[in-house]
Amino acid sequence: MSGKQREYRGRIRSTQSLKKIFRAMELIAASRIGKARQRLGESAPYTRAIQRAISSVAYHSHTDHPLTSDRDDTNRVAVLVITADRGMAGAYSANVIREAERLRERLEANGKEVVQYASGRRAVSYYRFRNRELAAEWDDGSDSPKFERAIEIADTLYDAFSAAPEDGGVSEIHVVYTRFNSMVNQEPWVIRMLPIEIVEGVSEPSAEVTPLYDFEPSAEEVLDSLLPRYIRARIFTCLLQAAASELANRQRAMNTAVTNAEDIIRQYTRLANSARQAEITQEISEIVSGADALAAGS
Amino acid sequence: MAATISVFIVAPDQTLWSGTARSVSAPTVEGSIGLLAQHEPVLSVLRAGTVAVVADDGARTELPITGGFLSFDEDTVTIVTDPGSGVAAAE
Repeated sequence: MSGKQREYRGRIRSTQSLKKIFRAMELIAASRIGKARQRLGESAPYTRAIQRAISSVAYHSHTDHPLTSDRDDTNRVAVLVITADRGMAGAYSANVIREAERLRERLEANGKEVVQYASGRRAVSYYRFRNRELAAEWDDGSDSPKFERAIEIADTLYDAFSAAPEDGGVSEIHVVYTRFNSMVNQEPWVIRMLPIEIVEGVSEPSAEVTPLYDFEPSAEEVLDSLLPRYIRARIFTCLLQAAASELANRQRAMNTAVTNAEDIIRQYTRLANSARQAEITQEISEIVSGADALAAGS
Repeated sequence: MAATISVFIVAPDQTLWSGTARSVSAPTVEGSIGLLAQHEPVLSVLRAGTVAVVADDGARTELPITGGFLSFDEDTVTIVTDPGSGVAAAE
Protein backbone atom coordinates (compact mmCIF):
# COMPACT_ATOMS: atom_id res chain seq x y z
CA MET A 1 0.00 0.00 0.00
CA SER A 2 1.44 3.32 -0.97
CA GLY A 3 1.76 6.36 1.23
CA LYS A 4 -1.21 8.13 -0.27
CA GLN A 5 -3.56 5.26 0.20
CA ARG A 6 -2.45 4.72 3.77
CA GLU A 7 -3.04 8.36 4.55
CA TYR A 8 -6.60 8.23 3.21
CA ARG A 9 -7.38 5.04 5.11
CA GLY A 10 -6.10 6.64 8.29
CA ARG A 11 -8.29 9.67 7.84
CA ILE A 12 -11.32 7.52 7.17
CA ARG A 13 -10.71 5.59 10.36
CA SER A 14 -10.31 8.69 12.50
CA THR A 15 -13.39 10.32 10.95
CA GLN A 16 -15.35 7.15 11.63
CA SER A 17 -14.49 7.21 15.30
CA LEU A 18 -15.32 10.92 15.47
CA LYS A 19 -18.64 10.17 13.85
CA LYS A 20 -19.39 7.63 16.57
CA ILE A 21 -18.62 10.26 19.22
CA PHE A 22 -20.86 12.83 17.52
CA ARG A 23 -23.65 10.30 17.20
CA ALA A 24 -23.35 9.40 20.89
CA MET A 25 -23.45 13.06 21.91
CA GLU A 26 -26.47 13.65 19.71
CA LEU A 27 -28.29 10.78 21.39
CA ILE A 28 -27.30 11.99 24.86
CA ALA A 29 -28.56 15.49 24.08
CA ALA A 30 -31.74 14.06 22.63
CA SER A 31 -32.41 11.99 25.72
CA ARG A 32 -31.70 14.88 28.09
CA ILE A 33 -33.79 17.38 26.25
CA GLY A 34 -36.99 15.57 27.13
CA LYS A 35 -36.08 15.80 30.77
CA ALA A 36 -35.14 19.47 30.44
CA ARG A 37 -38.46 20.30 28.82
CA GLN A 38 -40.30 18.35 31.47
CA ARG A 39 -38.55 20.32 34.21
CA LEU A 40 -39.41 23.53 32.41
CA GLY A 41 -43.03 22.46 32.39
CA GLU A 42 -42.96 21.47 36.05
CA SER A 43 -41.55 24.81 37.14
CA ALA A 44 -44.22 26.75 35.26
CA PRO A 45 -47.01 26.52 37.89
CA TYR A 46 -44.68 27.92 40.54
CA THR A 47 -43.61 30.90 38.47
CA ARG A 48 -47.16 31.51 37.37
CA ALA A 49 -48.45 31.42 40.94
CA ILE A 50 -45.86 33.92 42.10
CA GLN A 51 -46.46 36.18 39.13
CA ARG A 52 -50.19 36.19 39.75
CA ALA A 53 -49.68 36.93 43.43
CA ILE A 54 -47.35 39.81 42.62
CA SER A 55 -49.78 41.40 40.24
CA SER A 56 -52.53 41.03 42.84
CA VAL A 57 -50.43 42.83 45.41
CA ALA A 58 -49.58 45.51 42.89
CA TYR A 59 -53.25 45.96 42.10
CA HIS A 60 -54.75 45.81 45.51
CA SER A 61 -52.25 47.73 47.53
CA HIS A 62 -50.55 51.00 46.97
CA THR A 63 -47.17 50.13 48.25
CA ASP A 64 -44.04 51.64 46.87
CA HIS A 65 -41.56 48.88 47.21
CA PRO A 66 -37.91 49.53 46.35
CA LEU A 67 -37.93 46.53 44.04
CA THR A 68 -40.67 47.92 41.87
CA SER A 69 -39.51 51.51 41.70
CA ASP A 70 -36.65 52.89 39.65
CA ARG A 71 -33.58 54.01 41.47
CA ASP A 72 -31.49 56.81 40.09
CA ASP A 73 -28.71 57.14 42.63
CA THR A 74 -26.26 55.10 40.58
CA ASN A 75 -25.69 54.52 36.88
CA ARG A 76 -24.31 51.05 37.35
CA VAL A 77 -26.40 48.25 35.88
CA ALA A 78 -25.90 44.52 36.17
CA VAL A 79 -26.02 42.18 33.19
CA LEU A 80 -26.19 38.44 33.71
CA VAL A 81 -25.30 36.23 30.75
CA ILE A 82 -26.39 32.60 30.77
CA THR A 83 -24.41 30.31 28.48
CA ALA A 84 -23.34 26.68 28.29
CA ASP A 85 -20.47 25.09 30.15
CA ARG A 86 -19.28 23.21 27.13
CA GLY A 87 -19.12 23.99 23.47
CA MET A 88 -20.30 21.55 20.83
CA ALA A 89 -23.63 23.28 20.60
CA GLY A 90 -23.11 25.24 17.41
CA ALA A 91 -23.37 28.97 17.83
CA TYR A 92 -25.44 28.68 21.00
CA SER A 93 -23.07 30.42 23.41
CA ALA A 94 -21.72 32.81 20.79
CA ASN A 95 -25.23 34.03 20.02
CA VAL A 96 -26.05 34.77 23.65
CA ILE A 97 -22.74 36.54 24.18
CA ARG A 98 -23.25 38.61 21.04
CA GLU A 99 -26.68 39.64 22.31
CA ALA A 100 -25.11 40.54 25.66
CA GLU A 101 -22.49 42.68 23.96
CA ARG A 102 -25.18 44.45 21.99
CA LEU A 103 -27.07 45.14 25.21
CA ARG A 104 -23.87 46.40 26.77
CA GLU A 105 -23.30 48.85 23.93
CA ARG A 106 -26.87 50.03 24.20
CA LEU A 107 -26.57 50.57 27.94
CA GLU A 108 -23.23 52.30 27.65
CA ALA A 109 -24.63 54.60 24.98
CA ASN A 110 -27.21 55.60 27.59
CA GLY A 111 -24.46 56.51 30.00
CA LYS A 112 -24.68 53.39 32.14
CA GLU A 113 -21.79 51.48 33.56
CA VAL A 114 -22.18 47.73 33.06
CA VAL A 115 -21.34 45.27 35.80
CA GLN A 116 -20.98 41.87 34.23
CA TYR A 117 -22.19 38.60 35.75
CA ALA A 118 -21.71 35.32 33.96
CA SER A 119 -23.16 31.85 34.29
CA GLY A 120 -21.62 29.02 32.29
CA ARG A 121 -17.95 28.40 31.53
CA ARG A 122 -18.20 29.67 27.95
CA ALA A 123 -19.18 33.14 29.07
CA VAL A 124 -16.61 33.12 31.86
CA SER A 125 -13.77 32.24 29.49
CA TYR A 126 -15.00 34.76 26.93
CA TYR A 127 -14.77 37.62 29.42
CA ARG A 128 -11.57 36.33 31.00
CA PHE A 129 -9.85 36.18 27.63
CA ARG A 130 -10.74 39.80 27.01
CA ASN A 131 -9.63 40.79 30.48
CA ARG A 132 -13.06 42.01 31.40
CA GLU A 133 -13.94 42.08 35.02
CA LEU A 134 -16.68 39.74 36.21
CA ALA A 135 -18.58 40.66 39.34
CA ALA A 136 -19.49 37.03 39.90
CA GLU A 137 -19.44 33.83 37.93
CA TRP A 138 -21.08 30.45 38.15
CA ASP A 139 -20.22 27.35 36.21
CA ASP A 140 -21.05 23.67 36.13
CA GLY A 141 -24.45 22.17 35.58
CA SER A 142 -25.59 24.42 32.76
CA ASP A 143 -27.52 21.57 31.13
CA SER A 144 -29.39 20.52 34.27
CA PRO A 145 -29.64 23.55 36.53
CA LYS A 146 -30.59 23.10 40.15
CA PHE A 147 -32.87 25.39 42.08
CA GLU A 148 -30.09 25.97 44.61
CA ARG A 149 -28.05 27.54 41.83
CA ALA A 150 -30.95 29.82 40.95
CA ILE A 151 -31.14 30.87 44.61
CA GLU A 152 -27.41 31.61 44.64
CA ILE A 153 -27.57 33.74 41.51
CA ALA A 154 -30.81 35.46 42.50
CA ASP A 155 -29.53 36.32 45.96
CA THR A 156 -26.26 37.69 44.60
CA LEU A 157 -28.09 39.90 42.13
CA TYR A 158 -30.64 40.88 44.76
CA ASP A 159 -27.87 41.89 47.16
CA ALA A 160 -26.25 44.01 44.45
CA PHE A 161 -29.58 45.65 43.76
CA SER A 162 -30.27 46.44 47.40
CA ALA A 163 -26.71 47.60 48.14
CA ALA A 164 -25.92 51.28 48.57
CA PRO A 165 -24.36 53.07 45.55
CA GLU A 166 -20.96 53.31 47.23
CA ASP A 167 -20.96 49.58 47.98
CA GLY A 168 -21.33 48.72 44.33
CA GLY A 169 -25.11 48.81 44.18
CA VAL A 170 -26.74 48.59 40.77
CA SER A 171 -29.88 50.29 39.56
CA GLU A 172 -31.04 47.69 37.08
CA ILE A 173 -30.58 44.00 36.47
CA HIS A 174 -30.75 42.56 32.99
CA VAL A 175 -30.59 38.90 32.09
CA VAL A 176 -29.49 37.60 28.71
CA TYR A 177 -30.38 33.98 28.04
CA THR A 178 -31.67 31.79 25.26
CA ARG A 179 -35.39 31.41 25.13
CA PHE A 180 -36.70 27.99 24.26
CA ASN A 181 -39.57 28.54 21.84
CA SER A 182 -39.66 25.06 20.41
CA MET A 183 -37.35 22.20 19.50
CA VAL A 184 -36.31 23.97 16.32
CA ASN A 185 -36.49 27.56 17.45
CA GLN A 186 -34.50 29.14 20.24
CA GLU A 187 -33.47 32.75 20.35
CA PRO A 188 -31.25 34.93 22.50
CA TRP A 189 -33.46 36.99 24.73
CA VAL A 190 -32.99 39.95 27.06
CA ILE A 191 -35.20 40.64 30.03
CA ARG A 192 -35.04 43.33 32.65
CA MET A 193 -35.37 41.51 35.92
CA LEU A 194 -35.25 44.49 38.29
CA PRO A 195 -36.84 46.86 38.88
CA ILE A 196 -39.85 44.71 38.17
CA GLU A 197 -42.16 45.86 35.46
CA ILE A 198 -45.49 44.60 36.63
CA VAL A 199 -47.20 44.12 33.34
CA GLU A 200 -47.11 40.41 32.76
CA GLY A 201 -49.90 38.14 33.76
CA VAL A 202 -52.14 41.06 34.48
CA SER A 203 -55.54 39.50 34.64
CA GLU A 204 -58.12 41.73 36.18
CA PRO A 205 -58.17 45.43 35.42
CA SER A 206 -61.85 44.77 34.75
CA ALA A 207 -64.68 47.16 35.33
CA GLU A 208 -66.12 45.20 38.22
CA VAL A 209 -65.19 46.07 41.72
CA THR A 210 -61.95 44.34 42.55
CA PRO A 211 -62.14 42.35 45.75
CA LEU A 212 -60.47 43.71 48.80
CA TYR A 213 -57.45 41.66 49.54
CA ASP A 214 -56.48 40.81 53.01
CA PHE A 215 -52.73 40.87 53.48
CA GLU A 216 -51.21 38.96 56.27
CA PRO A 217 -49.19 40.34 58.03
CA SER A 218 -49.16 43.44 55.76
CA ALA A 219 -48.88 44.31 52.10
CA GLU A 220 -45.26 45.41 52.53
CA GLU A 221 -44.24 42.23 54.27
CA VAL A 222 -46.03 40.05 51.76
CA LEU A 223 -44.23 41.87 48.98
CA ASP A 224 -40.96 41.59 50.87
CA SER A 225 -41.26 37.86 51.01
CA LEU A 226 -42.73 37.53 47.52
CA LEU A 227 -40.21 39.45 45.49
CA PRO A 228 -37.06 37.51 46.34
CA ARG A 229 -38.99 34.32 45.56
CA TYR A 230 -40.16 35.88 42.33
CA ILE A 231 -36.60 36.67 41.28
CA ARG A 232 -35.46 33.18 42.16
CA ALA A 233 -38.27 31.68 40.16
CA ARG A 234 -37.54 33.94 37.18
CA ILE A 235 -33.83 33.10 37.29
CA PHE A 236 -34.65 29.43 37.60
CA THR A 237 -36.95 29.63 34.58
CA CYS A 238 -34.20 31.40 32.63
CA LEU A 239 -31.71 28.69 33.58
CA LEU A 240 -34.12 25.94 32.59
CA GLN A 241 -34.93 27.60 29.29
CA ALA A 242 -31.24 28.07 28.60
CA ALA A 243 -30.58 24.43 29.45
CA ALA A 244 -33.30 23.19 27.11
CA SER A 245 -32.01 25.52 24.37
CA GLU A 246 -28.46 24.35 24.94
CA LEU A 247 -29.44 20.71 24.56
CA ALA A 248 -31.55 21.39 21.48
CA ASN A 249 -28.65 23.31 19.94
CA ARG A 250 -26.22 20.56 20.84
CA GLN A 251 -28.43 17.91 19.34
CA ARG A 252 -28.69 19.89 16.13
CA ALA A 253 -24.97 20.66 16.00
CA MET A 254 -24.08 17.03 16.59
CA ASN A 255 -26.55 15.90 13.95
CA THR A 256 -24.85 18.22 11.46
CA ALA A 257 -21.46 16.95 12.59
CA VAL A 258 -22.52 13.34 11.95
CA THR A 259 -23.72 14.28 8.45
CA ASN A 260 -20.48 16.12 7.76
CA ALA A 261 -18.43 13.18 9.02
CA GLU A 262 -20.34 10.91 6.66
CA ASP A 263 -19.60 13.28 3.76
CA ILE A 264 -15.92 13.31 4.62
CA ILE A 265 -15.81 9.53 4.88
CA ARG A 266 -17.46 9.22 1.47
CA GLN A 267 -15.00 11.68 -0.06
CA TYR A 268 -11.96 9.97 1.40
CA THR A 269 -13.25 6.56 0.37
CA ARG A 270 -13.44 7.80 -3.23
CA LEU A 271 -9.95 9.29 -3.01
CA ALA A 272 -8.60 6.11 -1.46
CA ASN A 273 -10.20 4.02 -4.19
CA SER A 274 -8.80 6.15 -6.99
CA ALA A 275 -5.39 6.09 -5.28
CA ARG A 276 -5.62 2.30 -5.17
CA GLN A 277 -6.57 2.15 -8.85
CA ALA A 278 -3.80 4.53 -9.80
CA GLU A 279 -1.36 2.35 -7.91
CA ILE A 280 -2.56 -0.81 -9.70
CA THR A 281 -2.40 0.93 -13.08
CA GLN A 282 1.09 2.10 -12.30
CA GLU A 283 2.18 -1.39 -11.23
CA ILE A 284 0.72 -2.94 -14.40
CA SER A 285 2.42 -0.41 -16.63
CA GLU A 286 5.67 -1.01 -14.74
CA ILE A 287 5.39 -4.76 -15.27
CA VAL A 288 4.37 -4.41 -18.92
CA SER A 289 7.14 -1.95 -19.72
CA GLY A 290 9.58 -4.12 -17.78
CA ALA A 291 8.53 -7.17 -19.81
CA ASP A 292 8.77 -5.12 -23.00
CA ALA A 293 12.25 -4.03 -22.09
CA LEU A 294 13.25 -7.63 -21.37
CA ALA A 295 11.71 -8.83 -24.66
CA ALA A 296 13.48 -6.07 -26.59
CA GLY A 297 16.76 -6.95 -24.91
CA SER A 298 16.69 -10.69 -25.70
CA MET B 1 -74.31 21.24 49.23
CA ALA B 2 -70.62 20.98 49.23
CA ALA B 3 -68.81 24.14 48.36
CA THR B 4 -65.34 23.22 47.28
CA ILE B 5 -62.19 25.12 46.53
CA SER B 6 -59.52 24.28 44.03
CA VAL B 7 -56.12 23.84 45.54
CA PHE B 8 -52.72 24.09 43.97
CA ILE B 9 -49.69 23.48 46.09
CA VAL B 10 -46.59 24.10 44.05
CA ALA B 11 -42.86 23.81 44.68
CA PRO B 12 -40.21 25.32 42.39
CA ASP B 13 -39.77 22.10 40.47
CA GLN B 14 -43.08 20.31 40.78
CA THR B 15 -46.71 20.46 41.77
CA LEU B 16 -47.03 18.86 45.17
CA TRP B 17 -50.79 18.63 45.37
CA SER B 18 -53.64 19.81 43.24
CA GLY B 19 -57.34 19.11 43.17
CA THR B 20 -60.54 20.17 44.82
CA ALA B 21 -60.90 20.32 48.55
CA ARG B 22 -63.34 21.20 51.28
CA SER B 23 -60.88 23.02 53.43
CA VAL B 24 -57.24 23.97 53.65
CA SER B 25 -55.31 25.02 56.68
CA ALA B 26 -51.85 26.51 56.62
CA PRO B 27 -49.37 27.97 59.11
CA THR B 28 -48.93 31.70 58.60
CA VAL B 29 -46.36 33.95 60.20
CA GLU B 30 -49.05 35.25 62.52
CA GLY B 31 -50.63 31.98 63.48
CA SER B 32 -52.68 29.64 61.43
CA ILE B 33 -55.24 30.15 58.72
CA GLY B 34 -58.10 27.88 57.77
CA LEU B 35 -59.79 28.38 54.44
CA LEU B 36 -63.23 27.29 53.30
CA ALA B 37 -65.08 28.25 50.16
CA GLN B 38 -66.23 31.89 49.95
CA HIS B 39 -63.36 33.10 52.08
CA GLU B 40 -62.32 36.65 51.39
CA PRO B 41 -59.28 37.08 49.10
CA VAL B 42 -56.11 36.82 51.09
CA LEU B 43 -52.39 36.84 50.50
CA SER B 44 -50.33 35.55 53.32
CA VAL B 45 -46.75 34.68 54.15
CA LEU B 46 -46.29 31.17 55.49
CA ARG B 47 -43.79 29.86 57.99
CA ALA B 48 -42.45 26.34 58.32
CA GLY B 49 -45.15 23.94 59.43
CA THR B 50 -47.76 21.64 58.02
CA VAL B 51 -50.38 22.36 55.40
CA ALA B 52 -53.47 20.21 55.81
CA VAL B 53 -55.88 19.67 52.95
CA VAL B 54 -59.22 17.92 53.30
CA ALA B 55 -60.10 16.74 49.81
CA ASP B 56 -63.67 16.71 48.62
CA ASP B 57 -63.88 12.99 49.26
CA GLY B 58 -62.93 13.59 52.87
CA ALA B 59 -59.39 12.30 52.59
CA ARG B 60 -56.97 14.36 54.62
CA THR B 61 -53.47 15.12 53.33
CA GLU B 62 -50.75 16.73 55.34
CA LEU B 63 -47.74 18.33 53.72
CA PRO B 64 -44.83 19.67 55.72
CA ILE B 65 -43.51 22.91 54.28
CA THR B 66 -40.42 24.97 55.00
CA GLY B 67 -42.06 28.28 54.18
CA GLY B 68 -43.73 30.05 51.32
CA PHE B 69 -46.89 32.01 50.78
CA LEU B 70 -50.52 31.49 50.13
CA SER B 71 -52.99 33.30 47.96
CA PHE B 72 -56.72 32.81 47.92
CA ASP B 73 -59.01 34.33 45.34
CA GLU B 74 -62.30 33.21 43.79
CA ASP B 75 -62.30 29.90 45.61
CA THR B 76 -58.87 29.02 44.35
CA VAL B 77 -56.06 28.65 46.78
CA THR B 78 -52.49 28.62 45.59
CA ILE B 79 -49.75 27.72 48.02
CA VAL B 80 -46.24 28.40 46.86
CA THR B 81 -43.75 26.49 48.94
CA ASP B 82 -40.02 26.84 49.29
CA PRO B 83 -37.59 24.15 48.19
CA GLY B 84 -37.42 21.21 50.55
CA SER B 85 -41.13 21.22 51.23
CA GLY B 86 -43.28 18.15 50.95
CA VAL B 87 -40.36 15.76 51.18
CA ALA B 88 -41.76 13.77 54.05
CA ALA B 89 -45.14 13.62 52.39
CA ALA B 90 -43.89 11.94 49.26
CA GLU B 91 -46.10 8.88 48.99
